[in-house]
Amino acid sequence: MQALTNRGKEVERKPMSFWESLYLPGIFKGMAITFSHLFKKKPTIHYPEQKREFSPVFRGLHVLNRDEEGRENCTACGLCAVACPAEAITMEGAERMPGEENLYREEKYAAKYEINMLRCIFCGLCEEACPKDAIYLSETFAPSDFNRKGFIYKKEDLLIPDKNTDPEGYAKARGSKK
Amino acid sequence: MTLLAFDWILLIEKFVLIAIIVSVSLVIAMYETYAERKVAAFLQDRPGPNRAGPFGMLQPLADGLKLFMKEEIIPNTSNKFLFILGPCLAMLTAMMTCAVIPWGSHLELFGRHIDLQIADINIGILYVFGVVSMGVYGIMIGGWASNNKFSLIAALRGASQVISYELAMGLSLIALLMLTGSLSLRTIVDQQMAPGHLWNIVYQPLGFLIFLVCAFAECNRTPFDLPEAENELNFGYHQEYSSMKLGFYLFAEYINMFISSVIMATLFFGGYDIPFLDESTLNPNVAALLGGAALFLKVVFFIFLFMWVRWTVPRFRYDQLMDLGWKKLIPLALANMVVTGAVILWLKK
Repeated sequence: MQALTNRGKEVERKPMSFWESLYLPGIFKGMAITFSHLFKKKPTIHYPEQKREFSPVFRGLHVLNRDEEGRENCTACGLCAVACPAEAITMEGAERMPGEENLYREEKYAAKYEINMLRCIFCGLCEEACPKDAIYLSETFAPSDFNRKGFIYKKEDLLIPDKNTDPEGYAKARGSKK
Repeated sequence: MTLLAFDWILLIEKFVLIAIIVSVSLVIAMYETYAERKVAAFLQDRPGPNRAGPFGMLQPLADGLKLFMKEEIIPNTSNKFLFILGPCLAMLTAMMTCAVIPWGSHLELFGRHIDLQIADINIGILYVFGVVSMGVYGIMIGGWASNNKFSLIAALRGASQVISYELAMGLSLIALLMLTGSLSLRTIVDQQMAPGHLWNIVYQPLGFLIFLVCAFAECNRTPFDLPEAENELNFGYHQEYSSMKLGFYLFAEYINMFISSVIMATLFFGGYDIPFLDESTLNPNVAALLGGAALFLKVVFFIFLFMWVRWTVPRFRYDQLMDLGWKKLIPLALANMVVTGAVILWLKK
């Protein structure tokens, strides 16, 4: 039979020598190896105190964006919901009333915007589909919860804090992504 | 009136000694469980338990609490009396052996001469062997009373292993006893402490090796932990046990490990002897405390050895286990005995 790689090794089947059949040298060798591991550096990351650094392309929890004046970008066009392969996004649009121009950027906005985080596969297709730059995936991942209902994130949970009124919250949600 | 002539202070003294030694063995067994987890973790490049208290020092308490809080299940079809007796017996026999072990030379307090040993009986080793072999009853009764075929088979497996290795262990000791000429553990230690006399390991290296291997088998430790092979043999004789009764079985194993470490240190490594130091020049109280510390260090090393081997050597197959016991260790121990006897005869002539 043709070998798949050139790394194959012939298995030795010759009978053990007396020294080998005592097993003790083998055991001592093994114990030396395990002993050397006592002093090795532990690769463990102590989770709640230390956190692993994410790569710049990490796709975490969704954030609904605001523009420079703190107005919501989303126009409830539904492209993200269409793009979503897991069908995790639902929304309802509403028309902007006069006097709400400081809240919503365009004439239409999302009155209801929900993402089911148990369905979401964090593929980032919603981010790609969005024409208004209104949704993007942040660096944080979904925190645990005791019931399923807690994983359906409402618009209030997703919306980024206003840069002008709550700059700290904004910076935290924004993370190091640009 | 003879009753009143009894030395009541001796009674109190022994009672205090028993209380101290038993509680110290329990605490050591407790921290062995912690050490086991830490050593296992370190050998596998993990940090181990580190959440309960500083460095996870309170982990044994948390484990004990967890075991106490578990639901206690006694199978309907089991024999209830024997089912409860099993773990009690395992624990009892594990604790009883510490009675004859000399933990240090002696203290001189309030004008009294206090031996750091509960009972210096002249058949110390025989007593240890007798009590240790009683430990098989804990395994057998537990497995049998569960009325579960897996438990019963595992109990038989465990019992036959313990009995087989006791033979080789006893034979390896006979050679040592021919050298010492005494069964009293204190006399054996005193002989090793005597100037010009080396530790028994120098005279009996093969005997020690056989004793060590047998001690691993007696304590049901890897590579001989077939009675309780969790992963491939479906646990073992304590399969039906839950809550603290299971805890007793597991705990008895750790006490056994501690006791066999002490016995090995006492018989082969000079007990409470401090190498290159003449204890008789020191204050007896200081010497006793230093000696106790020396014994403790030796014991810690052996306990570490037990764990080190556990996380290095894989488990034997049952036929390999029996093969090693009957066909290798017993003939080797016999040969060791004959050679030792011949050398003693030759040197004496």
